[in-house]
Amino acid sequence: MSTGTASKEVTYLEAISQALDEEMTRDERVFLMGEDIGVYGGAFKITEGFLDKYGEWRVLDTPLSESGFVGAAIGAAMMGLRPVVEMQFADFISCAFDQITEVAATNHYRWGAPVPMVIRAPFGGGVHGGPFHSECPEGWFFHSPGLKLVAPSTPYDAKGLLKAAIRDPNPVIYFEHKFLYRRIKGVLPREDYIVPIGKADIKRPGTDLSVITYGAMVHLALEAAQQLATEGIEMEVVDLRSLMPLDKDTIYSSVRKTGKAIMVHEDNKTGGIGAELAALLAEDCFDSLDGPILRIAAPDTPVPFSAPLEEFFLPKTSDIVAAARKLAAY
Amino acid sequence: MDRAEIASTIKRTEFLQMYYYLRLTRSLEDRISALYRQGRIVGGCYTSHGMEAIAVGYASALERDDVIAPFHRDMGAFLIRGITPGEVLAQYFGKRTGPTKGKDGNVHMGDLKRGIIGFVSHLADNLPVATGAALAFKIRGERRVVFTGTGDGGTSRGDFHEAMNFASVRKLPVVFFCNNNQYAYSTPLRLQMAISDVVDRAKAYGMPGEIVDGNDVALVFLAAKRAIARARAGEGPTFLEFKTMRMHGHSEHDAAKYVPRELLEEWKKKDPILKAEQRLIELGYADEASFHEVGLRVQKEIEAGLAFAEQSPLPEGKEVLEGVFASPEEVEP
Repeated sequence: MSTGTASKEVTYLEAISQALDEEMTRDERVFLMGEDIGVYGGAFKITEGFLDKYGEWRVLDTPLSESGFVGAAIGAAMMGLRPVVEMQFADFISCAFDQITEVAATNHYRWGAPVPMVIRAPFGGGVHGGPFHSECPEGWFFHSPGLKLVAPSTPYDAKGLLKAAIRDPNPVIYFEHKFLYRRIKGVLPREDYIVPIGKADIKRPGTDLSVITYGAMVHLALEAAQQLATEGIEMEVVDLRSLMPLDKDTIYSSVRKTGKAIMVHEDNKTGGIGAELAALLAEDCFDSLDGPILRIAAPDTPVPFSAPLEEFFLPKTSDIVAAARKLAAY
Repeated sequence: MDRAEIASTIKRTEFLQMYYYLRLTRSLEDRISALYRQGRIVGGCYTSHGMEAIAVGYASALERDDVIAPFHRDMGAFLIRGITPGEVLAQYFGKRTGPTKGKDGNVHMGDLKRGIIGFVSHLADNLPVATGAALAFKIRGERRVVFTGTGDGGTSRGDFHEAMNFASVRKLPVVFFCNNNQYAYSTPLRLQMAISDVVDRAKAYGMPGEIVDGNDVALVFLAAKRAIARARAGEGPTFLEFKTMRMHGHSEHDAAKYVPRELLEEWKKKDPILKAEQRLIELGYADEASFHEVGLRVQKEIEAGLAFAEQSPLPEGKEVLEGVFASPEEVEP
């Protein structure tokens, strides 16, 4: 990971704002749409000050119409603009499901017209949001050919992946984890950079086993790796960063090296991305495996509200440590 | 509208051009229906039989740089935007020379170079997309207009509402139409909505609406012209309800026995081609002999198109894997 020359630490949230701001300055085709993103600056204040800087035709407050404004983004993208739409919460993306999966995802395949657009989706739990402000909906879209999906875990990746998403000729859903917004900080390079879509990142090297994860779970995995190191277990942390396309090269070379893999995600277990990864490893890396492929994920329930329920629901560092110990023993 | 008024607003060449496209649409779709019955076309087969005046009228009112986001009864609009009968037939045959190279079928045709946003089966999905195209024109300060629509059934969907509302709030240069052909597949209007005129819905969006005889190409053309002029002038969207009747089944497999015969008999008398011929004769723009000539001309074009489509190659199976994602050079100028 590049460290650059700048010295000031920025939050994950500020990194997202910077990416939007710089891309809007760099390319006048880039514009924003969403609910309460203008005067209010967005529910999480990502676009604070943007309305004054770019005006109401580049920072559009929309009616409460997720399907309507995602559809509009598709049309604007086809006409040569670069829309970035904000879901106030990723949970509301279900209202736009049809436009995303049937129109945006299939358009280029069916009749050749690219749809270069980005949907920002603040996702994930741990913020006492309850069933409709905490969801991880990436699994729905993982199963829809034609979409690219990214989920950064650090300010560096957040900025670089958003820039790459805006410059990509395809519809990209950008899953930004709400829990990380103000909790995770980092120093960013001064110069323009992107994090290429489709490239995973080894956030911590290790030799004994691989944990493959993304989003907020990367930080739990790093904590777990630190604990395990004190026991002499070296766990490699693979941050997917891109969920679609998956960086099979990095995933496979890590697992071929360690021979053991744990998938961790905050999304429900059944039919999640971890299931696909497990299948891929079984198909392509079977000869390298020295133990069972394990999955740590949320149970197959909606996201609960009450603190003890949500705590039980979310994967924890201790879950990863326990699974790693079990697997390391093989 | 009287004869003098139409004569003063629609030029002879314009009207003759529309008549040609009415005939081309009718003959092409009749041929497609026949090919379907012969088993030479498989899959869905949606025609605009008896409703040709709507697409021909509105597409004739647009300028070259404008964009359409049509629905599945708009064959005339595809033809006017430059999709050839040969390409249409190739599309129906699943040939590589069709606008979707076999990836999609029948009337699901799109081509940005010809200003056509492709249609998906989910009715009214194209309305928000059209709204976004209009938004792009507004943001860039272009004078282009988007024309989009759906059927009576499509107006029950949320995307209809979301598009109409957003377009009106932002006064976008888009015209919405409803092809009210009284049936959504087998569902009659009275089970689709509790109003008898779809145009009533426009009021809720603060949008002007107009009921138009959808079988009279002259009236469709003039109503479309008015709405397009409004959109181009920055006055925002208009909603046009074209009253018509679906004379065939939903798709050609559907005998439409649920439609009362008397209703079809009544509407047969209002056939848009007959109506256009009456108008052309009244206006002194054409005579029976010229109608016959147009008929021969379109038949020839369809035969040539059919030969092209038949001789065109089918895609190879492995082409299924191509085109899921766009490459960067496709979007950079």
